[in-house]
Amino acid sequence: MRALKWIVTTMVVLFILAPLVVVAVVSINANRYMDFPPQGFSFHWYAQLWNDLGWREAIVTSLIVATLSAALAVAIATPMAYVLRAYDVRLAPVLYSLGILPFMLPPVISALGALVFWNSMGHSGRIENIIISHAIFFSTLPLITVSLAMESMDRSLPEAAQTLGANPRTTFRTITLPLLVPSMITGYAAAFVLSLNEYIIAFMVSRFSVVTLPIKIVNDLRYGFTPTIAAVAVVFILIAATTFSLFALFGNLLKFLGADPAILERER
Amino acid sequence: MSELRRPTAGTRAVLVFPLAMLGIFFLAPFGIMLATSFYHRIEGGFYEPALELASWRRLLQPVFVERTLFSVGICLLAGAVCIVIAFPFTYFLTRMRRRPHVTLLVLIMSALALSEVIVGFAWSVLLGRAAGISNVLVWLGVMDEPVAYQPGFIAVLLGLCYIAFPYCILTLYPQLSRLDPELTEAAQTMGASPWRTFWTVVVPIGRPIIMAGFLLAFVFTLGSYLIPTFLGRPEHWTLSVFISDQATFNANVPFAAAMALFLTALSLVVVGVVTLVESQTRR
Repeated sequence: MRALKWIVTTMVVLFILAPLVVVAVVSINANRYMDFPPQGFSFHWYAQLWNDLGWREAIVTSLIVATLSAALAVAIATPMAYVLRAYDVRLAPVLYSLGILPFMLPPVISALGALVFWNSMGHSGRIENIIISHAIFFSTLPLITVSLAMESMDRSLPEAAQTLGANPRTTFRTITLPLLVPSMITGYAAAFVLSLNEYIIAFMVSRFSVVTLPIKIVNDLRYGFTPTIAAVAVVFILIAATTFSLFALFGNLLKFLGADPAILERER
Repeated sequence: MSELRRPTAGTRAVLVFPLAMLGIFFLAPFGIMLATSFYHRIEGGFYEPALELASWRRLLQPVFVERTLFSVGICLLAGAVCIVIAFPFTYFLTRMRRRPHVTLLVLIMSALALSEVIVGFAWSVLLGRAAGISNVLVWLGVMDEPVAYQPGFIAVLLGLCYIAFPYCILTLYPQLSRLDPELTEAAQTMGASPWRTFWTVVVPIGRPIIMAGFLLAFVFTLGSYLIPTFLGRPEHWTLSVFISDQATFNANVPFAAAMALFLTALSLVVVGVVTLVESQTRR
């Protein structure tokens, strides 16, 4: 069993890391073509990311989309999570499922839905369409984080505030909201990273007129490989790894993932 | 936990914004898609309001039926591969000390956040002839010359497993981390080997979440668009590829809408089963 544990764990780690390592190696290859073993070493392709106008525009577009759509996702999810967990609302399970559903369905469905929606509005191919579609699709993540925070919140705190004479609005502003902020931030971060990485919805909603980073990568790959693409991939990998490492260090990654509280007390 | 408060007019007002957003930008598009699926397609990428069943009838064509069966088949296979590896892995993971435990979780979450674009690209490099795994084998002297393992069925399967695997682990993780250690300890005190304990105690307890994880992986792979296009030949393309290609390149939006609604129904059935299974395990 012990041997099996090591075999399975090693295989999984190799499986997850192998493609990432290969891309990292390719990205620092001095040669223009993919070579193995790599010929020379260069960070040239990373500089290219910022110096090339097409790549820079794609980066800026993606950052705008991710920043705004994650904010909108939190704005949609937080009131929902709060009311559904704090009040006895009829149909609460149905409403919660409605909030979870966009993320559970294959993204191509949301993508096509948004495409026909904006077509019928006569307002297609705009950046705000992508922002809204991403916000809806990823609002599931802050919905989950904020709902979990509501469930684990000590209810005596808002109750104490009310006993001391605070009205519900003041209680929410001074007690509940500050307690929810960490879960809103983690929800925002998760939505931000996933929005930055999302392709199919952005592609179908953009109708070829807005180019986010994943769209730019796919477009460029149609004309063949360049080491710049590998460099972008490495940047993406680093962003994801940094976000979740910070999450593990400062946030409550284990609780977010639903771990048994006992694990939190486990020795390091 | 104290009783939930009765909602007031104010709390209902708070719900207006999120529900309006979901209603307008998530539910309304389904209505429009449903209407569009009955529209008439005009050559050149446009469509006009009509009431015809042409797009729905195309769902019965052998090509589409064959594509559906292929998609369901490869995604079930990917789901099965994922769960068979993810279940023991997650079990071992939840029993690790804190530091490796958190490190592995960060690795898994990072892989989950990666764009399909990146995953597809990374695997196409890894399995390719130019800088891929076969070069390592040649370098080590195992093989004579590098070969390309993509495009191909196995490449698509590996890619699909890669994107579904983290989700699979996240479904299994909460319950396996709560598995009472006394249960496995009891089995071992009674003389069962760790291997036997795993099979006779852990697996039976985990059966419902194994089912849930398997079906979730299935739905996630069903939604993949780039993996089949990057790593496969046209005969390996799945429904998602068909839908987006019909909507963008072939410009047959009514047919794409009919297919998307079919895919929605298929996914909803699967998600419904998962929810049912999960609600029963909570009890």
